[in-house]
Amino acid sequence: MTAVDLRVAQRPNAPMTTYRYDEYDAAFVSERVAEFREQVRRRLAGALTEEEFRPFRLMNGLYLQLHAYMLRVAIPYGTLTARQMRRLADIADRWDKGYGHFTTRQNLQYNWPKLVDTPDILESLAEVEMHAIQTSGNCIRNVTADHFAGVAPDEIEDPRPTAEFLRQWSSLHSEFSFLPRKFKIAVTGAEHDRAAILVHDIGLRIVKNDAGEIGYQVVVGGGLGRSPFIGKVVGNFVPREDLLAFLEAILRVYNRFGRRDNKYKARVKILVHERGIDEIRAAVEAEFAAMDRSPFAHDSVEFERIAAFFAPPPYDSLPATSASMRAAKLESPAFSNFVDVNVGAHKIPGYAIVTVSLKPIGGVPGDATSDQMRVLADASERFGFGELRVSHEQNIILPHVKQDDLFALWRMLDAAGLATANAGLVSDIISCPGLDYCSLATARSIPIAQAISKRFSDMSRQRRIGKLGVKISGCINACGHHHVGAIGILGLEKKGQESYQITLGGDPTFSASIGEILGPGVTAEQVPDVVEHLVDYYLAEREEGEAFIDTWRRIGHARFKDVLRREGEDGADI
Amino acid sequence: MALISDGRFIEDTWRRLADEEALPKTGKFIVSLPRLEHAVEVLGPMATFGVIVPNTTEPSALIAALPRLDLISIAFPAFADGRGFSLARLLRRAEFKGELRASGRLVADQYPHAIGCGFDTIEIPDDLADRQDEEQWRGALNAYSMSYQRGYAGRGSILEARRKAVRS
Repeated sequence: MTAVDLRVAQRPNAPMTTYRYDEYDAAFVSERVAEFREQVRRRLAGALTEEEFRPFRLMNGLYLQLHAYMLRVAIPYGTLTARQMRRLADIADRWDKGYGHFTTRQNLQYNWPKLVDTPDILESLAEVEMHAIQTSGNCIRNVTADHFAGVAPDEIEDPRPTAEFLRQWSSLHSEFSFLPRKFKIAVTGAEHDRAAILVHDIGLRIVKNDAGEIGYQVVVGGGLGRSPFIGKVVGNFVPREDLLAFLEAILRVYNRFGRRDNKYKARVKILVHERGIDEIRAAVEAEFAAMDRSPFAHDSVEFERIAAFFAPPPYDSLPATSASMRAAKLESPAFSNFVDVNVGAHKIPGYAIVTVSLKPIGGVPGDATSDQMRVLADASERFGFGELRVSHEQNIILPHVKQDDLFALWRMLDAAGLATANAGLVSDIISCPGLDYCSLATARSIPIAQAISKRFSDMSRQRRIGKLGVKISGCINACGHHHVGAIGILGLEKKGQESYQITLGGDPTFSASIGEILGPGVTAEQVPDVVEHLVDYYLAEREEGEAFIDTWRRIGHARFKDVLRREGEDGADI
Repeated sequence: MALISDGRFIEDTWRRLADEEALPKTGKFIVSLPRLEHAVEVLGPMATFGVIVPNTTEPSALIAALPRLDLISIAFPAFADGRGFSLARLLRRAEFKGELRASGRLVADQYPHAIGCGFDTIEIPDDLADRQDEEQWRGALNAYSMSYQRGYAGRGSILEARRKAVRS
């Protein structure tokens, strides 16, 4: 046994790099399970009506969908241990249909659980320090973070201690569990935003001031849905010791003044939009000044306690580039493509960040079978300190793989159908479940994603096209983030027919922008044609080094609209 | 109406005054917000009275009357409308020391939230009390041994307990 193996064995639920429950966390989660078990019993006995039960089941992640209940499990800040991943697989086999769906908010959804089984599922999750708390409902949702946290070369600070700090603070909050609407927080500590913080209710960006102190730029009022908005800065530099107090001030302003007369206008983005950021900032600052700050006096101590869990794993000293990896790339073009597309730079020499795509050509974006989950768990233990991440692009990340091990890892993934080399490419599509599962949907999403993926099944063509975010939502609630797709696709229903509206130019990063509508809606069958024509036009027009969105920004929306118009004249009914 | 206090259904010793009713000379009674100013003006210092307010009330509208009030009842127009929780917090911050009451169709599962925000009593319609008995309200109160927040009433704070464990 190596030293690492020994440490893993001593702490079987975790690598050394993520939070572990203490007795208080464990008691809290098991009390939550017991409470929910009792709530289900009282619902079935008639003590709670369905209307009364609803917010409580939602705050435990249980939705009523089109065909069945859906249970949404939280993967806080996207970090999972091998043991936790195996448990997700076991639950899928025992209580569901042998698979799960990773979502855009670092959650996992089971699509077919029975109401009476859910307390047992939650208990099974609690055994491995997991839960489904606040993955739904009008409360502070599961806090998400950059999936490359702790390993990205462009990072100021690992955002996960902040996210864990917020997870605890927001859990079963006495005051903020019955908000006007859901409330989503995302954190990034890097120079490039991989957590889409500008389209969250609150986005936190870890920054350093001139004195070298760490603080937070706090952004409020971003969001997608039927009225997309880019968040606005409400606090430019909030010191760490003030973070919870500052967030409490924002939440109190929102809880009191957020609209409750219309659920479509109830998100904080509407409050910010209607009142203006200056009025909101003044209200937050006034509340912050009026607060009793003594309850927050020891926040820094608690933060440091949490941060200690996220220490880096015991990396080996390695050369910056692995000779064996280079040799293997020369021998195997398929491996070489995988490394070029799915493997990213790591802050430690000789290591790499591996994205395992859950977007096989023609597959369901974000789905993983229980067998695949077990392969991923095994792979993380063999090659990556037993740690996994879930990205908001619905892929799995192995954050600490030695370049020397990449070839062996790739072979293992390939044998399990997990080596699709399309991370960030046109077939790495974000898609909501759509009309195949969801009761809100107005059109199908998954089959559209599958059709586009098949259209671009030639991987060398995909690589020529380069980075391109295609995002699909099956209704205006925009769970598939279509507003921030370089190519966004929104499924609507018009006169009983599915109709797909295409938008271009969306961007979820610090250069955030909301996509612009291309033209009238098209049919499901036409979507792959339209996407293909847009891509071909981009290829013809692009200049050296330009991604799709760069070309679109340079030459303008109108030129792309013309492509569609010409296409319409050629016979397609667009 | 049923009244819950300390996990028990108790008799309500307060009387809600209809707006057309004259202010009584004795007894404990609750007036509506529009009558508050008048009540403060005409009632002697020994009168025992309270006010029921909408959950959209600005705390500043009550500040002047706070020392005179023995009870403030905050209306919950719907159980999932959480504005009353924040208003309760603000009234406690303004050092209101009297009885804080939540009035509406709150369900037993919200009891710890109400206590946490500073409420003392919960007033619910009888049909709800028939379905959700004392045992359920007490059960909700005991569902959690501790909470993650600091500065909220009721349960002990996990963060505080951790600090003590480190120091000892």
